[in-house]
Amino acid sequence: MKAIVSVLGKDKKGIIAKVSNALYENDCNILDISQTIMQSNYFTMLMMVETGDKTISEVNDALSKIADEMAVEIRIQHENIFTSMNSI
Amino acid sequence: MIQNDVIQTIEMIKDQHLDIRTITVHISLFDCISDDVETVCKKVYGKILNKAGKLIEVADYIQSKYGIPIVNKRVSVTPISLIGAASGGYSQIGLTLDKVAEEIGIDFIGGYSALVQKGMTESEKDFIKTIPYVLKNTKKLCSSVNIGSTKAGINMDAVKLVGKVIKETAELTANEGCIGCAKFVAFANAVEDNPFMAGSFNGIGEGDLVINVGISGPGVVKTALTHAKGKPCDEMANIIKKTAFKITRVGELVAREAAQMLGGTFGIVDLSLAPTPNRGDSVAEVLEEMGLSSVGIPGTTACLAMLNDAVKKGGTMASAHVGGLSGAFIPVSEDLGMIDAVNNGTLCIEKLEAMTAVCSVGLDMIAIPGDTSAETISAIIADEAAIGVINNKTTAVRVIPVIGKKEGTIEFGGLLGHAPIMPLKKGDSSEFVLRGGRIPAPMHSYKN
Repeated sequence: MKAIVSVLGKDKKGIIAKVSNALYENDCNILDISQTIMQSNYFTMLMMVETGDKTISEVNDALSKIADEMAVEIRIQHENIFTSMNSI
Repeated sequence: MIQNDVIQTIEMIKDQHLDIRTITVHISLFDCISDDVETVCKKVYGKILNKAGKLIEVADYIQSKYGIPIVNKRVSVTPISLIGAASGGYSQIGLTLDKVAEEIGIDFIGGYSALVQKGMTESEKDFIKTIPYVLKNTKKLCSSVNIGSTKAGINMDAVKLVGKVIKETAELTANEGCIGCAKFVAFANAVEDNPFMAGSFNGIGEGDLVINVGISGPGVVKTALTHAKGKPCDEMANIIKKTAFKITRVGELVAREAAQMLGGTFGIVDLSLAPTPNRGDSVAEVLEEMGLSSVGIPGTTACLAMLNDAVKKGGTMASAHVGGLSGAFIPVSEDLGMIDAVNNGTLCIEKLEAMTAVCSVGLDMIAIPGDTSAETISAIIADEAAIGVINNKTTAVRVIPVIGKKEGTIEFGGLLGHAPIMPLKKGDSSEFVLRGGRIPAPMHSYKN
């Protein structure tokens, strides 16, 4: 299934590397990435991923560990929550 | 997909308390009727376990998949006054419902209810009299009685009885903060597909297994309105509509998925701005964002009317089936802004009554002095029912007489919050209440 991974928090080294690695280890294929630094030091990254054999909950557990380690917020959510809210 | 839309959705969930307030599984129990109460209980237990046993698992899966909190998981059943009419033993059925709710791990189970808007059978009278005992001896069971409708008028015999039920329930649960009264609601024009407690039941015209979802988000509406400072009212109404649309879409998504996973039918999405006792999750704060220094002052009823209407309009476009109560809830104990307004003297019970004429429910979670008589409680119910019956809308009364206290605050805990005891006007309505009988249906109900 297609899901959106969002990473929000203070910018620091290695965020993209660690998140991408965790996604790779959990059988997710990254389809698209957009990343910006807002308000001088506020990091925002959105990734569209295709999940594989692992459930969204398993991927979420792996990402939560990185979130704790790097003090950022990371979420993975099925894309339908965004499309349903923003399209008629 | 536009990046800003994604960020906005995430912020709604993360910062503005957008949540699925409840997934409620509505189950028909008509096939559990028997003349033997043991058989009824066995069938009821088995059917609920079979149909809703996986509710927690399903809700956890959906919560994880979409990254949106699902706060409550509930079950509602056909009114027990009907299911137990042939067997009697209502209390035993009530205790069984509580036991199965505990077993499957849900938060509440609703439907210990009676629909007596026009008349009461002897068995319905017997049923209503069991409510205080059952609420005292159960934890998760919720109860309701419909005492009036636009079509039938107001059953004042039932109103009289329900006043006594509320007082007795408060007395029986006095040691637990009169909590029994928080699990009971008296309705006029009760809806059959409402997923919110305490008044949820599975209507007699509903299907066997129906999934209704209640979604909330006063914080989201408030945040949207911060961008409308100084704008005219029609622009403000449009902003509320657009926000309500987005919120309801999430409800529809979750309801359809839950229905499919549980093998039931998608019923309705109930978009109700239901507050919780958290800052930023308050209907009062939405009204204040519209330009009032405090809720309860002049202008409050107009703002609430516009809010309620815009919420309905936005929601209607977003889902194939919008139902339940859909609008704004104004429970005092569950809304920090309402509590502040009571404490600073701007909000009184009479203003709340006026507000209920234009919002989706009624006098909700209001603590009143413990020495309030059963007849006065009945009179409050009659007033509120009159607003619903004449205006062709649902109204409800969930008041808590705080036994042993005339003023101060009562703490319920959790989502129920805490409530300041609100004074009532002195006087005696008992001569009116004790007349009984039925207030005739209004002229505009004769449409055939």
